[in-house]
Amino acid sequence: MGILSKKDAGLIKDPLFDNNPITIQVLGICSALAITAELKASIVMSISVIFVLGLGNVVISLMRNIIPSKIRIIVQLIVVATLVIIVDLVLKAFAYELSKTLSVFVGLIITNCIIMGRFEAFALGNGPWKSFLDGIGNALGYGLILVIVGFFRELLGSGTLLGFKVLGDPIEKTGLYSIGYENNGFMLLSPMALIVVGIIIWVQRSKNKTLIEEA
Amino acid sequence: MSKRTDSNGYTMIFAVVMVLIVGSLLAFLASSLKPSIKENERIEKQQNILYAMGVNENDESSATFVSTDVAGEEFKKYIKKQLVIEGDKISESEDAYLIDVKKQKANAKAGKTRKLPLFVGEKDGKTFYVAPIYGKGLWDAIWGYVAMDENMVVQGAYFDHKGETPGLGANIKQRYFMDDFYGEHLLTEAGVFRGITVAKGNNDPKNEDKTDYEVDAIAGSTITGDGVTNMIKSDLALYVPYFKTLKK
Repeated sequence: MGILSKKDAGLIKDPLFDNNPITIQVLGICSALAITAELKASIVMSISVIFVLGLGNVVISLMRNIIPSKIRIIVQLIVVATLVIIVDLVLKAFAYELSKTLSVFVGLIITNCIIMGRFEAFALGNGPWKSFLDGIGNALGYGLILVIVGFFRELLGSGTLLGFKVLGDPIEKTGLYSIGYENNGFMLLSPMALIVVGIIIWVQRSKNKTLIEEA
Repeated sequence: MSKRTDSNGYTMIFAVVMVLIVGSLLAFLASSLKPSIKENERIEKQQNILYAMGVNENDESSATFVSTDVAGEEFKKYIKKQLVIEGDKISESEDAYLIDVKKQKANAKAGKTRKLPLFVGEKDGKTFYVAPIYGKGLWDAIWGYVAMDENMVVQGAYFDHKGETPGLGANIKQRYFMDDFYGEHLLTEAGVFRGITVAKGNNDPKNEDKTDYEVDAIAGSTITGDGVTNMIKSDLALYVPYFKTLKK
């Protein structure tokens, strides 16, 4: 990362692993449970959050000195809601097909705690460029977990990846299914997403013991 | 040291100014983009209706509409008549496809007569009757179009939703679900309306039994599936009198 100073690069890199919003900060769990039943939805959601969080962090950072502290949460909500609605309207007018895929996520993005969390914890106290990097970094970290969870849930739950039948056809009994393999329908339900996230947290903390909090 | 931004007066003024700016920005954007959004929705309705009667660009597994540029022409070419059924009265209208089914449902609840749009299409010498349906899923509205022949045997279906769960309820617009409806009967042999139930454990996952009045449900989307069942039962039943007149 030649163009970024070491500190700036850390803003992008840390949230990917050692300060991941989902597994370490425990933010954005709700949407991680809701939409990871298939890989495609995970990817779409990640891209949307990268966009909204990157931009939202910059807007909040630019406004940080004029926002009254008493109503700052409301102001943050208004900013993110406005951004999301503008994007939704523009897509509806000029990229209708895409907007249909995304419309499900609009409500989920506005209420995503990662966005509020980063506004509150970072953008209110840092300049626009740093805030932008922080937003992108955290959204990428969030997206990474989403994609991992989506990958396992779709693969084990439906036997497909991005809609392709990678394990064979469960009805025609081809591929793995011909030797008695069955899809685990439980993987499609939200509780399994929580368990998958839990396993990721477990693996991550056993690799990096410094992440374990003292009891 | 108390900051300038902490005073009540500043907070009030900030809130008012912010609401004014954001409000007018959104209002301006919404009203200036409205015509193109409306146009997109109009084209989509045409594409939906054509899709249900089999005019689409489906490949093996994906559901693809005819492209937006030709939707208008194709609609004129394949849809021979657009009927509006009001009680016993049947009239023709060029804009029947623009009838808002949700509004008509509310009208019916308020005791007014409900306008029922029906699109008569022709493709490869076969006549299709396409009817819109509207209902509610788990989170929000679901709707669709069902193409039937004159015996109310389903010849194609298209479903869509506003906000069902991705990967679960949202899969009602997937081919594997919609295609199951093809060939299903809505009427019993005696001619009584029975509808089609989205059923769990109907022991027919390949959907070979076309007269069981059931299609295989999607795992994990019971409420959305029930919504589909309900909208088929409540909305298509209304067309039975019309189909009876066809027999005479």
